[in-house]
Amino acid sequence: MKKIYTKALCFYIFATVVAIIWLIPFVITVFTAFKTMDEIFLNPNVWMPPSTWNFQNFKIAWTESRMSKYFLNTLIIASVSTISTLALSSLSAFALSWYEFKLKKFFLITFVAGMLIPFQMLLIPVYTFSMRMGLYDKLFGVILFHVAFQIGFCTFFLRNFMVTIPSSIFEAAKIDGASDFRIYWQIIMPLVTPALAALGILEFTWIWNDYLWSLVLLQTDAKKTVTIGLTTLQGQWITSWNIIAAGSIMAAVVPIMVFLVFQRYFIQGLTIGSVKG
Amino acid sequence: MRWKKLTPYAFLVFPFSLYFIWVILPVFETFFYSFTNWDSISKTFDLVGFANYIELFQDYYFLLSLVNNVKWMIGFVIVSIPAGLSIAMLLDQKFPGHKVYKSLVFLPMTLSFVVIGQIWSWILEPKNGALNTFLRFVRLKDFAKPWLSDPNIVTYSLIAAALWRQIAYAMILFLAGLQGISREHVEAAYVDGANAWQRFWYVILPELRPAMVVAVTVNIIDSLRAFDIVFVMTRGGPFYSSSVMANYMYIQAFHNYRMGYGSAIAVVQFLITLMFIVAYISNILKKEERE
Repeated sequence: MKKIYTKALCFYIFATVVAIIWLIPFVITVFTAFKTMDEIFLNPNVWMPPSTWNFQNFKIAWTESRMSKYFLNTLIIASVSTISTLALSSLSAFALSWYEFKLKKFFLITFVAGMLIPFQMLLIPVYTFSMRMGLYDKLFGVILFHVAFQIGFCTFFLRNFMVTIPSSIFEAAKIDGASDFRIYWQIIMPLVTPALAALGILEFTWIWNDYLWSLVLLQTDAKKTVTIGLTTLQGQWITSWNIIAAGSIMAAVVPIMVFLVFQRYFIQGLTIGSVKG
Repeated sequence: MRWKKLTPYAFLVFPFSLYFIWVILPVFETFFYSFTNWDSISKTFDLVGFANYIELFQDYYFLLSLVNNVKWMIGFVIVSIPAGLSIAMLLDQKFPGHKVYKSLVFLPMTLSFVVIGQIWSWILEPKNGALNTFLRFVRLKDFAKPWLSDPNIVTYSLIAAALWRQIAYAMILFLAGLQGISREHVEAAYVDGANAWQRFWYVILPELRPAMVVAVTVNIIDSLRAFDIVFVMTRGGPFYSSSVMANYMYIQAFHNYRMGYGSAIAVVQFLITLMFIVAYISNILKKEERE
C-alpha cells in the first residue's frame, strides 16, 4: 500500500514539474501581453503577472494590423479546405480499402509519399501554376492547394480507419443490390464519422496555422491570413513585445480553443494518423 | 464485368487528379527547373545542365545550411526521442489527472510555428527576455548570451525552440505505442523479479520498436524540412549562420529570383529526405502485410 503512495507522489511531482516547464513560455507570453512597455522595462521579472491587466495591447494589435480581416480570410480558407479535403479523400480512401485492383499499391504509396515531401519541392511549380491559371493572390487558389496537398494524408488516415470495418457489412450491402456509391455514402460514411471528426479537427488546425503557402500564394494585404498578419505586426512593432505577444495570443486562440473543446478527437487523430507534424 | 473493374478508379479520379496536379507533377517540374537558369520574370530560360548543382557544392552558404540541417537532425533525434519517451512513460501511469498533464504538454502542438517563433524570440531576447533575466536573477550572468545574434549559438537556440513542439509530438507517438504493449509480458517480468529499469529495457523498449521507428523517421523528416521557425525568428541570419536548406531555397527563389538555383536546392533537400521517406513507407507496407 505504501508503495503505491510513493509511486503516486513521484508521478505527481514529476508530472507537475514537466507541465510547468512546458507551460512557462506560454505563461510568460500571456503575462507580457497584458503589460505596458514601461512595466516590462522597469520590472525585469517577466515571469511575474502584470501589476494591472490591461487590454490596450490587444486593442492595438487588433486594429493596427487589420486582424479582423485576417481572421475572416483564415476562417474561410481553413473551413472550406477542410470540408473539401474530407469529401474528396473519403472517396479515394473508400476505393483503396474495399477493392482489389492492379494499381492499388501504387496509389497508396503515392498518397503516403506526398505527405512527407519537403514543401520546397512544390513551391516554385505551385507558384508558377497559380500565376498562369489566375489563381495567384486569390483565397480560392490557396484553398485548392491545401485541399490537394492534404488529400494524401487524409486518404491514408481514412483508409486506415475504413479497413477496420468488417467486410461482411460491405458484402451484405452488395448482395442486397446496393450500388457502390450508395454503399459509400449511406453505409460507410456514417460508420467513419468519428474518424472524419478527428481528421477534420486536425486539418482545420493545420491549415489555420499554415504560414508558408499564404506567404507564397497571397500578396494583397486584404487577403492575408492570421499568421502573415502576425509577422507583419512584428515588423511594425519591432521592440514592442507586449503588442507582439497580444498578437500571438490572438493568432493562437482559435487552434487552442479547438484543441480544448475537441481534445479527445485531436489526440486520437494524431495517434491513428501517427505521421504528420 | 469489365465495367465493374473500373469502379475503384471512378472513386479515385477526382481526388487523384487534384493531387496529381498540385503535388506529383510539381515534383517533376522542380527536377526540370533545377537544370535551367530561369529567373521567374523572363518568359524564356536556358538549359544549363548540372551548372546549378556544381555551383551549389561550391556555395559556402548552402553548405552551411546543409550542416545546420544535420545539427537539426541530430538535435531532434537525440533530444526529442529520449525526452518524448520519458514523458510518455511518466504520463502513461494512469493516476487520476494524467489526461490533464498530457494536454498541457501537448499544447505547443496546437500552435502555429509563427506563434512559437514569436514566443521564443521574446524569451531569448538578450536584454529583457525571460531566459537572460532569469540567468541574471540566479547570478549566472556569464551564461546570459545574445541567443539569436551570436552566429555560434543561434542554430542551437532555434532547435531548442522547435524542440518545445517536437518533444510533445514524440510523446504522442510513444503514448500511442505504449497502448499496444501487452500487459501480461510486463507483469510476467514483474513476477520474475525484474526491476523497473529491467522491465523497461528488456520488455517495454523492444515492444516499442515500431513506434520508435516511426518517431525517429518522422523526427528526421521534420528536421530536414524545418523552415517556419528559422524564417520567423532569424530569416537565417545573422549572415546565414542559422540558415537551413528550406530557408536558403526560399531566399534564392523568391528574393533573388533564381528559380533554377532554388530548384536545385529543393532537389538536394528532397533526395536526402527521400531515403527516410522510403524507410517510412517500407515500414508502413510491412505493417500492411502483417495485417
